[in-house]
Amino acid sequence: MPKTDSLQGSLDLLVLKILSRRPRLHGYAIMTAIKDWSGDVLRAEEGSLYPALHRMEEAGWIRAEWIVKDSGRRARMYELTAAGKKQLSAAESRWQAVTSAVNRVLRTV
Amino acid sequence: MSLWSRIVNVVRGDSLSREIDEELQSHIAEAITQGREPAEAAAAFGSPLRQREQSRDIRLIPWLDSLRADAIFGWRQLTKKKVTSAAAILSLALAIGACTGAFRLIDALLLRPLPVAAPERLYALSREAFFDGKIQSFDGWAYPAFRLMRAAVKDQAELMAVSYADRVDLTYKSDQEMEKAQVQYVSGWMFGRFGLRPALGRLLTVNDDLKPGAHPYAVLSYDYWRRRFGQDPKVIGRTFRMGDDLYEIVGVGPAPFTGTETGTVTDVFVPTMMYPGVVHDDWTWHRTLAQLKPGVAVGPLRAKLDATSHAFEEERAKGFTGMSKKFIEAFLGQKLVLEPAAAGASGLQNDYRVSLVALGLLVALVLLIACTNVANLMTAQAASRAREMALRVSIGAGRWRLVQLVLVESAILAFLAGAAGGLFAWWSAPFVVSMINPKDNPARLALPADWRVVGFGLALTLGVMLLFGLMPALRASAVKPASALKGGEDPHSRRRTMHALIAAQVAFCFLVLFVAGLFAATFERLSNRPTGFVADRLLTLDTVAQRDEASVFWDQVADHLLGVPGVQSVALAGWPLLGGNAWNGFVSVNGAPPGPVLAYFLAVSPGWIDAMKIPFIDGRDFLPSDTMPGAAIINETFARQFFKGENPIGQSFAKGGELPCKVVGIVRDAPYRSMREPILPVVYVPFHRIDEHGALQSVRDATFIVRTASANPLALASILCREVPRARPEFRVSNIRTQADLVRAQTVRERLLAMLGLFFAGVALLLAAVGLYGVLDYSVLQRRREIGIRMAIGAPAASIARLVTVDIFAMVIAGALAGVALGMASVRYIEALLYQVKPTDLGMLALPAFTILAAASLAALPAVLHAVRIDPVAMLRAE
Repeated sequence: MPKTDSLQGSLDLLVLKILSRRPRLHGYAIMTAIKDWSGDVLRAEEGSLYPALHRMEEAGWIRAEWIVKDSGRRARMYELTAAGKKQLSAAESRWQAVTSAVNRVLRTV
Repeated sequence: MSLWSRIVNVVRGDSLSREIDEELQSHIAEAITQGREPAEAAAAFGSPLRQREQSRDIRLIPWLDSLRADAIFGWRQLTKKKVTSAAAILSLALAIGACTGAFRLIDALLLRPLPVAAPERLYALSREAFFDGKIQSFDGWAYPAFRLMRAAVKDQAELMAVSYADRVDLTYKSDQEMEKAQVQYVSGWMFGRFGLRPALGRLLTVNDDLKPGAHPYAVLSYDYWRRRFGQDPKVIGRTFRMGDDLYEIVGVGPAPFTGTETGTVTDVFVPTMMYPGVVHDDWTWHRTLAQLKPGVAVGPLRAKLDATSHAFEEERAKGFTGMSKKFIEAFLGQKLVLEPAAAGASGLQNDYRVSLVALGLLVALVLLIACTNVANLMTAQAASRAREMALRVSIGAGRWRLVQLVLVESAILAFLAGAAGGLFAWWSAPFVVSMINPKDNPARLALPADWRVVGFGLALTLGVMLLFGLMPALRASAVKPASALKGGEDPHSRRRTMHALIAAQVAFCFLVLFVAGLFAATFERLSNRPTGFVADRLLTLDTVAQRDEASVFWDQVADHLLGVPGVQSVALAGWPLLGGNAWNGFVSVNGAPPGPVLAYFLAVSPGWIDAMKIPFIDGRDFLPSDTMPGAAIINETFARQFFKGENPIGQSFAKGGELPCKVVGIVRDAPYRSMREPILPVVYVPFHRIDEHGALQSVRDATFIVRTASANPLALASILCREVPRARPEFRVSNIRTQADLVRAQTVRERLLAMLGLFFAGVALLLAAVGLYGVLDYSVLQRRREIGIRMAIGAPAASIARLVTVDIFAMVIAGALAGVALGMASVRYIEALLYQVKPTDLGMLALPAFTILAAASLAALPAVLHAVRIDPVAMLRAE
C-alpha cells in the first residue's frame, strides 16, 4: 500500500482538483474523496491533511468557512478561490508534463 | 490570507489554537460518525498536537508570536515584583530623561546647524591675545577693519558683520510708549548669502548697506512678527523710532531663521550702516562671520585675514597715546582665529559650553549607575531563575530563544523608562533654560523636540537596554541544565560579576559627588564673597534722555526722586556696579609714563559712595563742585597698585592724555563688573565732566541709584518710573533692576551647576546605595546555607557580619580609589568653571569618599542584620 510519502507534492494538486469538482467540502470529506477516487490506492495520513489545507488557505488558493451541520457540530468547509483555479491549471499541466516525461523514459528503457 | 491576518492571528493566538483544535476534533468525530472505531480513527489521525502546532505556525508569524509570548511572560515577571520594577523604571527614567534633556540643551545651543545655506562653511572670526598672564579671546570687530578684511578675501569667502544682539528701546507710536526689542545690525548681503527667502515683503540686500546712516530699513524676524503683530500683513511700510532714526519695515524673515546668535531670538534686523559706530576704527561692536566658498582651505584664509587685521591695527597703534609699550606689544601680538560657526556664534555658547558638557557627563554617569543597578537586579533574578532556564533548555529551547526571553523583559523595562524619561526631558530642558535667564534679558533658545532629540532618546533607550540586559541574558542562556537542576553551579561567578559592577558604580558615584562638590563649593565661595557694598534695598534705574542733557538737569531729577516717600537717598552713576559695563584706561602717576596695568573708571555723583554704603578709609566724598578731570576717589587696590604704600591723598594721576586728577578719598574695595575676577584698580570720578575748555559736558544716559526705606525696593519701582519724566519730561527710565538681582546674576551659572550637580549627586548616591543593598541582600540569600552551617558550628555574629561584608567593602574602596583617579584626570576640563576651589584639596576628596562610605555602611546594615538573624536550625532543616 502506498505510504504518505508517495503523496508528497501531489497532495496539493489532489485537494485543488477535488475542490474544483465538488465545492464546499470539509477535511474529512476531502480525505475520503482522495481515498475513494483513487480506488483506495492513495491515502493521506489523515492529520497531515490539515497543515496542507491551512498552507493553501494562507497562499490564497482556497478559502474556508465554518458552518453548523445538521448534527449541531461545526465543520470547516473549503472551496476554491480564483487564484486556486489558476494554480490548479498550472499544477495540472506541470503534472502532465512530468508524468508524460517519466512515461517516455519508462517506455524507451 | 495576508500578512495582516497573520499579524492579527498573533494577537488572537489562543483562539486560533482553539479553532484549529476544533477542526481537528471534528475530523475524528466525523470518522466516528462514519462508523469507524474511535481508537482506530485517532491512531490514523496522528498527533493532533503536532498538527496543530504546524498549522499554527503557518497561520501566524512564528517569531512575532514567540515575542508576544515573551512579552507577556516578561510583563508578568515585572508585575510580580512591583516595587523592584517600579524602582528600576523610575531610576532609569530619571537618568534617561536627564541625559535626553542634557542632549536637547547641548544640541540646541552647540550642535544644531543654523537654518541657512551651507552652515558647514560658516566660520566666526575672533582674536586671541596674551593679556594679564593668560590667553584671552575676543570676537568683536571694528567696521573699518572688517571692510579691509572683506576686500582682502573676497575671492575665497564672503564676510558678514553681525552686531551683538541688543535689547533696546524702540517705539511704534510716541516716546511714552517705548518697548524693548532684540535688535541686530547685520550686513545687508547676509540674507542673500544665507539663501533666505522673505515670508513677507523683502529682505535687506547689499544696496541697503552702502552709506552710513542712509538706509533706515528694517526686517522683522518671523517670531517677532507673530508675537508682536499677530502676523498682520499690513506691517510692511510701518515705521518705528529707535534712537534718533525713523525706520521703515520692509519685510519679514523666514520662520526658521532666528538670527545667528544662538540663545537669542533676534526681533529686528537693520543694516550695519545704521550703527553710529560704523565709521569709527576703535569701536568694536560686531561679530564677523565668514562664509567660505566651496573648496577653500581654512589655513591660508586665516593667514590672509590675520595679516590684514594686523596691518590695520598696526596703523591704528601709531596713534595710541598714554599706553604702555608692553600693552601695545601684547595688543599687536593678537592672533586671528577662525572657528566653525555652523551652530551660530553667541556669548551663551561660550558661557555654557563647558558647563553643559560637564552636566551632560554627570547625568551620563548617573545613567551608568542606574544601568548597573538594573543589570545587578537582572543578574540576581537570572540566578533565581536558573532552574526555570535549565528546564527550558532541557525541553528544547534554543540559546537565542532564552536570550530573547530575558532581553524582552529588559526591553519592557527600558521602553517604559524611556517613555517616562521623555516626559522628564520635555519638562527639564526648558526648566534649565529658564534658570539661566536674567530677568531683564531672557535667553530664548529654540528647543524643538524633533527627530534629532527623539532619535537620541530612542538610541539611548536601546543602548541602555543592551547595557543592562545583554549580559544577564547571555548568562542566563548559557545555563547548563545538568548542573543547574542538580542545585546550582559555581555560585561565586555571578557574585564576582556583581561585585565588579559595584566597584564601577562606586567609582562613577564618587566622580559625580566629587564634581558636584566642586561646583557647590564654587557657588558657596562666590556667593559668599564680600561685595564691599550693601546691595539690599538698592534700586538701579537706567535712564535715558531724548538728547544729550546738561548734567545739572540730571541732578535735578535726582533731587526730585529724593522727595518721593520711601526713598532714603538718591545718587547718579554712569552705570550700576556689576552691570557688566566697563570704562578703562592707562594711568600715569605724577607725570610718569603710563604703567602696564589698566585702571577702571566710573562716574558717580556726590553721595553715591554713601548710598552704596562703601566705607571710606581716608579722605572725603565729592563735592557738588568737583569735576572730572579734577578730583578722584580711588579704591584700596588702586592705591596699592599705583601708590605703593605712599599716602595717595593729595597726589595726582592722569588717565591717558587727559588733565590730571587729584585723589581726594580712598574707599574699600568693591567688585566693579564681575564677581569672578580679582578686585580691579578702580577710580570713581565726578559725574560732572568738563571738556578741554572747561565747559560742562552733556549726558545722554546714566543710572539713578536709589536706596529705599522698604526691604522690598521693587515696591517703589513703578512710582519712580513715573516720577522721572515728571521731573523732566525728556527723561525716561529704560530699565529698572535691584542691585541684589545684579549680584545674584553674577552667580547664575554657578547656582545652576551647584543645584543640578547636587541633585544628581543625591540621585547617584541613592542609586548606588540601593544597588549595594540589593547585591548584599542577594549574596546573603545565596549563602544562607553556608551561614547557617557556620553559625551551627559556633561562628560569632561579628565574624558572620565580616563574612558577608568584607568583599563588598573591598569593592567599595577599590571603586572609590578608581573614582579619585577619574576625578583627578577629569578635573582640568572643568577648571574654568571653578572659583577659588582647589580640586586637590583633601576636603574636596575626603567629603565624597566619606559620604560614600557612610552610605555604603547604611546600605549594608539590613543585609548584615538579616545574616546574623539566620536561624541555623530552621535553615538546615529546610535543606
